[in-house]
Parts: sequence; C-alpha cells; structure tokens
Amino acid sequence: MILRLAIASLIARALTVGMTILAIALSVALFLGVEKVRTGAKESFADTISGTDLIVGARSGSVQLLLYSVFRIGNATNNVSWESYQDIATRPDVEWIVPISLGDSHRQFRVMGTTRAFFDHYKYRQGRSLETADGVIMDDLFDTVIGADVATTLGYSVGDPIVVAHGLASFSEHKNQPFRISGILAKTGTPVDRTVIVSMEAIEAIHVDWRSGAQIPGQVTPVDVIRQMELTPKAITAALVGVESPLQTFALQRAINEYRQEPLLAVLPGVALQELWGIVGIAETALLAVSAMVVVTALIGMMATIFSSLNERRREMAIFRAMGARPTTILGLLVLEAMLMAALGALLGLALLYAGLSVAQPMIDSAFGLWLPVTAPSLQELWVILAVVGAGAIVSMVPALRAYRMSLADGMLVRT
Amino acid sequence: MLRHWTCGACFDVTDAILHLATVDFRWRGRSGFSVSVPNFAMNAGETVLLLGESGSGKSTLLSLICGTMLPDAGRVNIAGQDLATLSSSARDRFRAEQIGVIFQQFNLLPFGTVIDNILLPLRFAPERRKRAGDAKATAATLCTALGLPGEILGHRANTLSVGQQQRVAVARALIGQPPLIIADEPTSALDADSQAVFLDLLFQQTAANKASLLMVSHDPRLADRFDRVVRMEDIARIHRVAA
Ligand SMILES: Nc1ncnc2c1ncn2[C@@H]1O[C@H](COP(=O)(O)OP(=O)(O)OP(=O)(O)O)[C@@H](O)[C@H]1O
Ligand SMILES: [Mg+2]
Repeated sequence: MILRLAIASLIARALTVGMTILAIALSVALFLGVEKVRTGAKESFADTISGTDLIVGARSGSVQLLLYSVFRIGNATNNVSWESYQDIATRPDVEWIVPISLGDSHRQFRVMGTTRAFFDHYKYRQGRSLETADGVIMDDLFDTVIGADVATTLGYSVGDPIVVAHGLASFSEHKNQPFRISGILAKTGTPVDRTVIVSMEAIEAIHVDWRSGAQIPGQVTPVDVIRQMELTPKAITAALVGVESPLQTFALQRAINEYRQEPLLAVLPGVALQELWGIVGIAETALLAVSAMVVVTALIGMMATIFSSLNERRREMAIFRAMGARPTTILGLLVLEAMLMAALGALLGLALLYAGLSVAQPMIDSAFGLWLPVTAPSLQELWVILAVVGAGAIVSMVPALRAYRMSLADGMLVRT
Repeated sequence: MLRHWTCGACFDVTDAILHLATVDFRWRGRSGFSVSVPNFAMNAGETVLLLGESGSGKSTLLSLICGTMLPDAGRVNIAGQDLATLSSSARDRFRAEQIGVIFQQFNLLPFGTVIDNILLPLRFAPERRKRAGDAKATAATLCTALGLPGEILGHRANTLSVGQQQRVAVARALIGQPPLIIADEPTSALDADSQAVFLDLLFQQTAANKASLLMVSHDPRLADRFDRVVRMEDIARIHRVAA
C-alpha cells in the first residue's frame, strides 16, 4: 500500500517527475551508448584480423603499421623492398605470406594491391574467409574485386569499369589503364568492405609511366605493351605472414626485426592492438567519466526536485505522522520514491538506447564501419541500472533526511 | 493516592482515557511559546469540547496528547499508558492503535484513493487492523453510515468536496475502533448546514464505537452537544517570550 501511495504521489506530480525521469533516461542512454560504442569498436577492431601471426612492414611504430596495413588508417612512411620480401617469404618457418601494396585510391576508397593468397589467408571474425557476393576473384591483370561498401556507395556492379587515382585524394588518375570489376565481396564489417583490391602486377602496370611519384611527361605506354612487360613489383607496403608453428612466431619476429639489409618491423596483431588500446585508453576513460558525470548531474537534478517538493508536501508528511507513521517511514518513502524515479529513468534510458541503436545501426555502420549488435541487455548494463538506482537512493538521502527532521519537528501540526 | 488528589475528585484516574499532569511544553525556536497544563483528564466514552482562541496553543496540546511531541516536564497518559516511557517508534505505533485524528482540513492524501486513505492508519497498527475485521468492508460500511456514496471508495481524494473529505477523515479516524478520537476544528471549513450534519454523524459514530471524543474549536455555539466544555484558559497557562 505504501508503494502504491508512493506511485500515486509520483503520478500526481507527473510533469516534474516525468522531466526528472527523462533527464535520468537520457543520461543513462548516453552512458550506456558510450559504453556500447567503446566495446563495439574494440570488438570490431579485434574481429578485423585473425589467423595472421605477424604483420611485416618498414620500421616505424607497431601501432602505425597495424593501422595502415589492416585498418587503412594513415600511411606507410617507407616501403619494404621486393628482395627483403622474397627473403622472408623463402624462410622455412614461413607457412604463407601475402604482400600488400597501398598508396592509390578510387574516390574515397583505398586501392590495395595483393595476390590471390590474400583471399585464402585473410581471416576475420574468428577465422571467417572472404567470399564474393557477386562475380569472381580477379583473373586478368586489369580486373578488380571491390568491397561491399564500395559497391553500395558508388552503385557499382560486376563488369563496370573503374579508374584508379594516383595517391590519396588526388586528381591525377591512371586514366590509361582502366580496370574492370570482376567481383564484389560479401559484407564483412571490416575495412575490406571499403577497399578496392587489385593484383600486385596491376599496381606495377599503372605506374609504368611514373617515376618517383610523378608522371613522365609525354610517355604513354599502350596497354598491350604493358601486358607483355615483366611486372615484378620493386617494393611492397607490408606483408601478412603465417608461421608453420605458433612456437616460431617470436623467433621469426626477432629475425625480421634484426634483418640487416633493411630496417624492418614485424608485429603480432594482438599485441599491436593492445598497444593501441593503451593509447586510446585515456581518452576512453575520460569519455566514460564525462558520461558518468552526466548521470550524476541528472541524479542531482532529481535531488533538487525532491528538495523543492518538500515544502508543499509537509502536509502529506504530517498526515502520515498523525496516522502513526514513524519519521523513518517518511524517510523511507522519499528514498523509495527516488529509487522508483531512478529505476524508471534507467530502464527508459536502456529502452531509448536500444531503440536508437536499432534505428541508427545501419547509419553508424556505413559512416564508421562500426557494426553495433542489438543484443539482449548484458549483465554489465543491468549492473549500471542497479548502480543508478543505488546512487539515486544515496542522493535522495539528503532531502529525505531533511524531511525526517522536518516531520520530527512539525509533529502532526501543520500550519498551512 | 496523591494522584487522586491532584486530578480532582470528579474523575477516577483508572478509568481515564486521557490524563495530563503537570505538563510543561515550550516550542523550540523563535516563537517562544510555552504552555503548561497542571491537570486535565477525560473519562472513557466522554465527549469534550476544548474552546480557545487562535494561538492559545490548542493544536500544540493535541500534538502532545498524540505523542508526536513530548512535554519537557510532566506526564501524558493515554489509556493508562505514560507516553514518555515508550520509545519513539512504539509511541508512533501506540498513536496509530489508540487515536483517530481528524484535522481542520486537507485531511487526506490528495493522490490516494478514498479507500487507501481510510485504511492508512491500519497499516501502522496491526491490532487495530485485526479489530477492523474485513477492513475494506468495514470502510464501506462506515462510508455508508457517514452518508457517502458507495462508489466514492475508489475515487481519488482530491476529487471530493470539502464536506465529503471531512467525512472520509471521520471514517479513517473511526476504523478499527480506537478508544480516543481527536478532532482539531473539523468543522471550520464547512458551512453551517454541513457543520450540523457532520457533527450529527461524528457523534453518532463515536457513540457507536464507544469512543471518547476530544474536539477543539473556537466556536462556543457547538457546546450543547458535548458532555463537557473546557476552556483553554481554565486548564492551561500559556506564556510567550518576546523574541
Ligand atoms: N512548529 C512550531 N514551531 C514553533 N512554534 C510553534 C510551532 N507551532 C506552533 N507554534 C507556536 O505555538 C503557538 C500556539 O499555536 P497553536 O497552533 O497550538 O495554536 P492554536 O490554538 O491551535 O491556534 P489556531 O486556533 O489558530 O489553530 C503559536 O503562537 C506559535 O507561535
Ligand atoms: Mg490549531
């Protein structure tokens, strides 16, 4: 009955109570949303590459190497020479190796040169392989396979011609060597979706008329001639390596890092990811702290509304007292009320988050390549809700104690 | 023996529902108001009208009787129980068990239904709840006896007229048959006609319950209905210290 009266009392003050609940709901939705994006981003980063033991590139930072080779974020400062690549490839402890050549682009998407082995060895989300949704893996020198997002964003289908631009965001295009789309990959939720994949030879082919980053004036080698040429790459950007046995990973890594002919760097993808989390960890914590502060602010807002309601509810408390309620019952009533508001707010916030998530999911995916799964609320989220209710109870103790003292002093005498 | 002397020959203390002896109370804070009651008692089943002008400390006295405040000195006995000897929570429960309270106005929790309001004291008084039997049925019977329409039980209290609210307050004070009913100017918010009807009903139901009634008012015209009329200045000395 006390609970029913508390609810009735809340309903009677629907407007202010509703505002308070809404404020709590929005703050909780924000907090849980930040947390969702944070874990979602981590998961999707961690899901991007699996089955690769080492990533090899020119010597730079391990995070940088991971970012440009796998996530297509940032650029390589140096290349790895073809000779070094060959050296590593022929080592007995290397089971497979896939070269990657980056640097060109098509519209907003990056072009990656690689070999067929990429499609055999690149694995994402615990060992899933790339598959074509349409068409086939490239066959001809000027064939290309594009990621799912490239196809949907630019409206491409198999057989369409595309022209690759030199460098990133550049106006000089490799117009004389147009490609044909031979296949479109199924959606993976990884940066592959936003990549135009061509063969290593094709990367060489489109740079036949280029020297040190500039087009040789007046030189236009016909496509037929290029097809006859020896198109062995001179350098690659990075390579993905699988070892014969996991035990050899560290030995191979050391060998590559100490490679004399050229300064190289080999990193374990998982270790580099950890390092990356270490860097973004501070920002992450700050973001989380800010959104937690928003929740606290909403709860303090609730405290203020309870405070301001106390005077007009003196009469109500006097009635309770006259009927035999103890001052602690009054205190409990106010705390219960606050907990109800906090619980309603937190649950509404959770509902808002999930509603917002299911609406915004495709947008977040296409804008950031981040697929946030709409799953049943996690245990952690339930803990957050409990914590909000608990914090609501604690915060409400301040006005509740005041009401307690007021009802002790007033007794059942209310002069209104 | 001494008690018999101090209370005056007219009352047998053992039979008193209410007895105040050498009570002193002073409001803390700025008002500087203090009241002392050397001796005041009420017999079980008696109806008493306490007259006094505004600010003479009538409501203060009622608070002392209800045990929401304790006197600085002296004893307040209700049904033979010295309130000061009870712990504060036992005192709250004792009040719920023994006393039905009716205020001047705004008696009810406005957001609660009529039935919730009537049953509220039973929530804090298990024995009174037992006496009430089937509490909902008892509440309905009381409402009918007080001339309230049956369907009113489910209505929210703030949808009722002032007269209806006062009657609901009477039903709430009477349910579970507490031996003492205390009413602080319950009719002052009512017009003359409804006043008469209200008092008829109040007396009728109090008598049916064999309860004692202590009613406070500053309207001497009500005197006829009561067994006894007491003036504030006859039983209490008040004192004001200018702040
Ligand atoms: N909560 C309080 N704190 C301090 N002083 C109070 C308090 N309540 C009442 N008083 C003082 O006690 C005095 C008597 O007040 P009380 O309400 O008992 O009078 P009353 O006889 O019931 O008057 P009325 O007929 O207007 O209801 C007042 O003058 C006031 O100064
Ligand atoms: Mg008064």
